[in-house]
Amino acid sequence: MKATGKVFKYGNNVDTDVIIPARYLNSSDPKELAAHCMEDIDKDFIKNVHPGDMIVANKNFGCGSSREHAPLAIKAAGVSCVIAETFARIFYRNAINIGLPIIECKEAGDEIEAGDEIEVDFDNGMIYNKTKQTSYQGQAFPEFMQQIIKAEGLINYINQKKS
Amino acid sequence: MGMTMTQKILALHAGLDSVVAGQLIEADLDLVLGNDITSPVAIHEMNKMDVKGVFHKDKVALVMDHFTPNKDIKSAENCKYVREFAAKHEISNYYDVGEMGIEHALLPEKGLTVSGDVIIGADSHTCTYGALGAFSTGVGSTDMAAGMATGKAWFKVPGAIKINLTGKPLKWVSGKDLILHIIGMIGVDGALYRSLEFTGDGIANLSMDDRFTIANMAIEAGAKNGIFPVDQTTIDYMKIHSKRPYKIFEADADAIYEEEYIIDLAKLRPTIAFPHLPENTHTIDEIEKIKIDQVVIGSCTNGRLEDLKIAAEIMAGKKVAKGVRTVIIPATQKIYLEAMERGYLKIFVEAGAVVSTPTCGPCLGGHMGVLAAGEKCVSTTNRNFVGRMGHVESEVYLASPAIAAASAITGIISGPENI
Repeated sequence: MKATGKVFKYGNNVDTDVIIPARYLNSSDPKELAAHCMEDIDKDFIKNVHPGDMIVANKNFGCGSSREHAPLAIKAAGVSCVIAETFARIFYRNAINIGLPIIECKEAGDEIEAGDEIEVDFDNGMIYNKTKQTSYQGQAFPEFMQQIIKAEGLINYINQKKS
Repeated sequence: MGMTMTQKILALHAGLDSVVAGQLIEADLDLVLGNDITSPVAIHEMNKMDVKGVFHKDKVALVMDHFTPNKDIKSAENCKYVREFAAKHEISNYYDVGEMGIEHALLPEKGLTVSGDVIIGADSHTCTYGALGAFSTGVGSTDMAAGMATGKAWFKVPGAIKINLTGKPLKWVSGKDLILHIIGMIGVDGALYRSLEFTGDGIANLSMDDRFTIANMAIEAGAKNGIFPVDQTTIDYMKIHSKRPYKIFEADADAIYEEEYIIDLAKLRPTIAFPHLPENTHTIDEIEKIKIDQVVIGSCTNGRLEDLKIAAEIMAGKKVAKGVRTVIIPATQKIYLEAMERGYLKIFVEAGAVVSTPTCGPCLGGHMGVLAAGEKCVSTTNRNFVGRMGHVESEVYLASPAIAAASAITGIISGPENI
């Protein structure tokens, strides 16, 4: 499984309050949430993002609240993958559980810049920077996590396993 | 190989003799928690599953505390959705307006959390119950759905950081100052994926309310959980509040810790986290004059009786500074009543503060104290991210109830010694 897209780049400690501010948490409709995704850190994000685009950041992406609305908003905005040096642990779990691919890779976080065109191979965790002609080895998902992502979330995965 | 407290609790709940850091396990859950923001998503997910109901009607807690009493039509619809689910599945621990409190103050008070438990909650501050010697951690709505349906959750066994506490804190220094000091020291991701294990003879000098505050903010250092050993203070608390049997675990002498810190509580100073990260800490002695527009005393971090007692001691007979909106929120109905009987609420109202029914409201910029552009707030809550309490150009300074109350009186960020 591969994805290709243009990069939106952020720094350390991108928290769930800037990914989706609490004032919008009276809704859990992914489309409504996506309309405000990243609003408090990058108000043009939602105007400029296209299906398949990626978010690249540094340390502790998704820190703060347990709101699953955060990965839901990112996924519904069309983002195909989030790459960061590290993820806050609840965000990490939530992203897998709703089927949003995420990859940990320090070098990618350090070197990839906004606007770069990136290809990610989820099977082996390789990240290719087409703009800069460089590549990075990210952490590949274990088999069961890949299956959860393919099933588009934990609940579908559990249901498919049962049937 | 030796295990930490967290590892021992997880091993028992996974039916294993021992576990090691990094091991993936499936554990039985003693309690699954959700609130009015996270539960609707969880219920929606659970309805997609082929299950008849929840795994145990007494082991699910649903607390309507964030946008309640409902702030708008959408939040009212969300609560209605959860209320109907709770009625349909006969959830015994459903708490709505009138009997609810802020979840992490309410559940220990109701006796639903005891030492040795494994608890997940779709709220990041679920780590609070580590104060009682339980393993408890925040998860998202999908994990909550799977937990409600099956009574199980998967975990990666965490490695640990040991925080060895010695000495006794000085007057006006509390658990909030300690946890802010720790976050300032190790950073907002300093304990990422790991447990914060507290130990040492200084713990005897920390009240139960202090310990709840400290464990509550373990997540702000990125930790999976924070956990305290069980002592007489814990046992007394559990005996008063709970009828449930509890199990006491102790870390092995040869348990493995990836890092160790020693903190002398007597050397701690009142500590404030500046915008926009909980790790941006300064002691009261280091700061310049900062004029404020609002004070909030409350939340799952600092809305307990001892917090209100400290605020009342400082505010008694005084008036809040002109132009400083002071919002005080007892965390549960029981705390509210007790604060009323002890005369704290009268002190607050006479000082010019407002007292609210329990709600998480202002902490996350929901309602009951949203900030405008350029405004500054001293708050006893737990996060000061950009836009957390309102406008992206507003600022939140995290502090103890003592600093918050003193600052309300002076109108600038102050310690109780300054008034």
